[in-house]
Parts: sequence; C-alpha cells; structure tokens
Amino acid sequence: MNSNKWFNILVPIISVFIGILAGAIIMLGFGYNPIQGYVALFNGAFGDPYFFGETIRQTTPYILTGLAIAFAFRTGLFNIGAEGQVIVGWLAAVWIGTTVEAPMIIHIPLALIVAALAGAIWGFIPGVLKARLGVHEVIVTIMMNYIALYSANAIIRNVLTNNADKTEMIAPSASLASEWLEGLTYFSRMHYGILIALFAAMIMWFIIERTNIGYELKSVGYNQHASKYAGMSVKRNIVLAMVISGAFAGLAGSMEGLGTYGNMTVSSGFSNIGFDGIAVALLGANSAIGVVLAAFLFGALKVGALNMPTQAGVPNELVDIIIALIIFFVASSYIIRWIILRFKKEGK
Amino acid sequence: MGFIELLQSIIPTALFYSAPLIFTALGGVFSERSGVVNIGLEGLMVMGAFVGIVFNLTFADVFGAWTPWLSIAVAMVISALFSVIHAVASVSFRADQVVSGVAINFLALGLGVFLTKQWYDKGQTDMVSQPFYTTDVPLLADIPIIGPIFFQGIYITSYVAIVLALIAWYILYKTPFGLRLRAVGEHPMAADTNGINVYKLRYVAVIISGAMGGLGGAVFALTIALNFSHATIVGQGFMALAAVIFGKWHPLGAMGAALFFGFAQSLSVIGAGIPFLADVPQVFLLIAPYVLTILALAGFIGRAEAPRANGDPYIKGSR
Repeated sequence: MNSNKWFNILVPIISVFIGILAGAIIMLGFGYNPIQGYVALFNGAFGDPYFFGETIRQTTPYILTGLAIAFAFRTGLFNIGAEGQVIVGWLAAVWIGTTVEAPMIIHIPLALIVAALAGAIWGFIPGVLKARLGVHEVIVTIMMNYIALYSANAIIRNVLTNNADKTEMIAPSASLASEWLEGLTYFSRMHYGILIALFAAMIMWFIIERTNIGYELKSVGYNQHASKYAGMSVKRNIVLAMVISGAFAGLAGSMEGLGTYGNMTVSSGFSNIGFDGIAVALLGANSAIGVVLAAFLFGALKVGALNMPTQAGVPNELVDIIIALIIFFVASSYIIRWIILRFKKEGK
Repeated sequence: MGFIELLQSIIPTALFYSAPLIFTALGGVFSERSGVVNIGLEGLMVMGAFVGIVFNLTFADVFGAWTPWLSIAVAMVISALFSVIHAVASVSFRADQVVSGVAINFLALGLGVFLTKQWYDKGQTDMVSQPFYTTDVPLLADIPIIGPIFFQGIYITSYVAIVLALIAWYILYKTPFGLRLRAVGEHPMAADTNGINVYKLRYVAVIISGAMGGLGGAVFALTIALNFSHATIVGQGFMALAAVIFGKWHPLGAMGAALFFGFAQSLSVIGAGIPFLADVPQVFLLIAPYVLTILALAGFIGRAEAPRANGDPYIKGSR
C-alpha cells in the first residue's frame, strides 16, 4: 500500500521527465539547441511578471476542466464533453454579463452560477442517457461538443448580436479582471478566477474525500455491482457525477468569458481547454491537488511555448508533442512500475 | 427542382463526405472488435492527411496523375506505423486505451503542425496540385435515372470505401482470421486457451485501424481540404468513432452510419438550394447529424453492446 502511493507520485514525475527529455532529443534532431529552447520556454512562462501572470491565467481554466474530467473519472465515466460544457458555460456567463444589470456582489456570483448550471445541464444529458438507457457517455459527449459549438455560434450571431462575430464586452460589474493583479503583472490578463479555481479544487477534494456522496461516487467507479448490492443507486450516482463534472467545466468557460476575454467570439473550432483538461486530469492522477499541480505545469508549458519561436526559433507545437508523450507515459505506468521493480530486484 | 434533381445534388455530395468517415470507421471496427478501444482515430486521420498532403506536394511532378493514389498508399503505411505506438501502449504496456488514444490525437496534431512549420516555414501547406477529381463511371453513368444520381460526377474513392466495407465484412465474418479477431475481443482468455495469440491479433487489428484511419485522413485531405494545417481534421475522427458505435461495431453498420453522417453533412452544405430546407436556420442543419446520432443511440437502435473485452488489457494467466 505504501509503495503504491510512492508509485503514484513517482510515475507522473518520471513521465514529465521523459517527456521533456524526448522534447530535447527532437530539438537536437532538427538542429536546434535544446538548452536554448528550454530556456526560451522557461522565460516565456516565468521570465517576468507578465509571463507569470499569463501562466496563471492559462492555469485557471485548466484547473477547472481538469477537475471536471477527474471527477467523472472517479465514478468510472469519461467526460470527453468538457469542451462543449466549457462553451455553454462561457456563453451563459457572457450572456448574463452583457444583459443583466446588477451590483457586482450579485452580478459575478449570478454569472458564475448560471455558467455552472449551463455546464451541468450539458453534462446531465449524457449522464441521464447513460444511466437510463446505457448509451455510451463518450459518444454522447462528443456529439454534445459539436451541438454546443454550432448552437453557441448561432446564438452569438442571432440572439446576442445582430449578425456580428463577437458579443459586446460584459459589464464591469460582472468582470473578474482586476487592475491590481494586472498592475502587479505588467498588464497580463491574469484575473481573480484563479481564486475560484483553487476554491473549486478544495470543494472537489471535500466532496470526494469527506462526504457520503463522494464515497458513493467512488464506490460506483470501483465496482457498480458491489455498489448496487450495498444499496446505492448506480443510476443516480452516474447522473450526479456528470452533472457535477459539467458544472466544473461550465465554470472553466466562465473564467474565459468573465476573466480573460470579457466576451465571446464565433469560432469554427474548439478552444481545446476541455481536451487539455483530459491531460491535466490524467497527469494529476484524478486527485484535486494533483490536478492543480498538473494544470500549473501545462499552463506554464502552453504559455512558455509561445516564446519558443521568437527566442529559439523552435515551433511552439513542440510542446504539444511533449504533452502527448507525457500523457503516453502516464498511461503506460505499468511499464514504468515494471522497470522500477526490475531495478529494485537487481539492486538487492 | 424536381425530386430526381434533388437526389442528383444530394447523393454525390453525401457520398463525397462519407468516404473518409467510412474508411476510418472500418479501421475503428477492426480495432474495437479485437478489444482495443481506439479514440485515436482522429489522430490517425491527422497523420494520414499530413502524409498524404506532404507526399502529394513533394512528388506531384514525378508521378503526375498517379500522385493522389500513391499519396493515399503512403499515408496508409505511415499511419499504420504510427498506430504501432497505440498498440504497444495498450497491448504490451497495458495502458488505459482511452488515454493512449487521447495521447495519439495530441501527438499526431503536434507532430503534423511541427513538421509543417519545419518544412514549409508556415502554419499550413500550399494547396496540392494533384488532388482527386470527380469522374463519371464508364457505362454505368449512362443508365437512365440511376446513372446521373449515383455514377456521374462522383469521386472513385467513395466507391472504394463501399467496396472496402464489404471486404471488411467478409474478413471479419467469413474467414478464420476474422473469427479469431472477434474471439479475442469477446473473451481473450478462451481464445488464448484455444491457441490463438491474443497479443499478435490485437497488434494486427490496431495496425489495420492505423492504415484505414490514415487512408480516411488522406482521402479527406485530397478530396475536401486540399492542404494541411492544424484545422484540416477537426472532429472527423470522432465522427468516425461515432459511426463505429452507431453501426454497432459491424463493418456494414459502420458504413451505413458513416453514409448517414455524410448525408446529414451534405444537407447542411447544399440545404440552401433545396426549397423546403432553405428557410430552416442553418444551425439546425449543422447540428442535425449530432442530434440525430444521440436520438438514434437513445431510441431507435436500442442498446449498442460493445465487444465484451473492449478496453481491457489482456494479462496472461489472470482470470
């Protein structure tokens, strides 16, 4: 048991290390200087307060989508639909932000709650279909992503605006942007959302580890039959997990709508916040603290990467390759365990 | 517009949009029937599209009119090799197959765009000079009514897709190899006891899915997109995955589902020209395939039962 805990911490660390090593080898292979490349990456993520602020800004939605996917994973569900839930949350937050007039103390919480509700509804549909009819949640959530994308575009064009490609900016009373944080970070787009994201991580930890609800959700994730035999409602728990998961992802969308951008633009493709959340959840081993750390790592990688083409001439997609490899090694933890055990035996 | 003209505009477009989905979905059927979940179809299509476009751009002068055919062949080979990563992770390393598939998706897109920037110094390639063109099928195109609907101004690749679906059905249901492959996906221990090499068959199945996914991606790139960028393949792989499940993991079912998706997509493309659809807001046509899929999964076709051992790594000696 003890050594298992060790492995759970060791595997992500080794995976990140191998991923970064592989990135260095790729850079070498294409004639770049890997040290220069990684220095550029590091500077782009932490080099000055502006970059640090941007890293935190990117980390914020990652924490929330990571939590969303991790939460569903705990109940044995794979929520690929975080992407769509982000979109509806974003749209709902901007909708409230642009049309409602209220003092800040009401406006922000209202926008956040409506965004979480929108995401929750978007998670409820696949949840209920899975629980009642046994329809595979992966497929339904993939479909829901596209429905969200196209519907949001249509609503922006026809309802929120008169055929414009982006909505108006939200009212200042709904904005999470903070002059104080911006000033502190040379006018990055860092906003108060990070506090909400960290609070959400604490909520997730509390639900999963300290409540009956969390116990039932985990139990259903481990063994549906045993849970049913113990008198739990498997169906209710599946729906609940998807609803909570969707609410987290909806909140992630509101971070973009109320914090980073302050509006929403018609989009032909996905923002990838939801898909990147899958990587975050995996690397974070589906635990709240792990998700926060992994989100920070991926936020830093993504933001730092933008500095690589200018400072080292390396295409920033290198980071996507590194992230893919990291996921890959985390997934293949069996082989890492096997190698570690091998070394241990030989050492004795 | 009369009914016949209507069919003449809808069916070729539907076939045109379906072909890449059919190829990729068939690959998905092979992989999942052997018990390996393949969320990585999207990434395999990205790889196929990338290789297809790069080969086409590089060798268009050398091979002339044969270039598109050679391009899709090379794309198949490279994507098959690429899919070995997924096979190693999910069969040998016992990785979570969904996770490994997600990694494949990230990796393919990252590699594709990275190499595009490396080789072309920009985020997208030029347009290819030797794409596939529409043709009339000799003889069949002259049949009255049916000819203009099915055999005039179509892409040959659409028919290759349908023929391959029939071949895939034959392989899976009429040959010993297919029987073994399905056995491995349903009950690997029983198959192993009967002397079937579970690991080998799963490797082969994943590699087939890599080749077919690459084919689908390359065909998409050389008929619809005509260049490669990060936005060339956006979701077609997931659509193909939906077709696999919609088609209940059966090659012909997957083909039918892919044709249906292609049909729905073609409605959103040419809907403006059809009288009773012209007044429908475009968004409803855009989301139609996805809503219909959910409705179909929920109601019409009932439970879609996956192959029993789908997603479980096989560990020799475990019960």
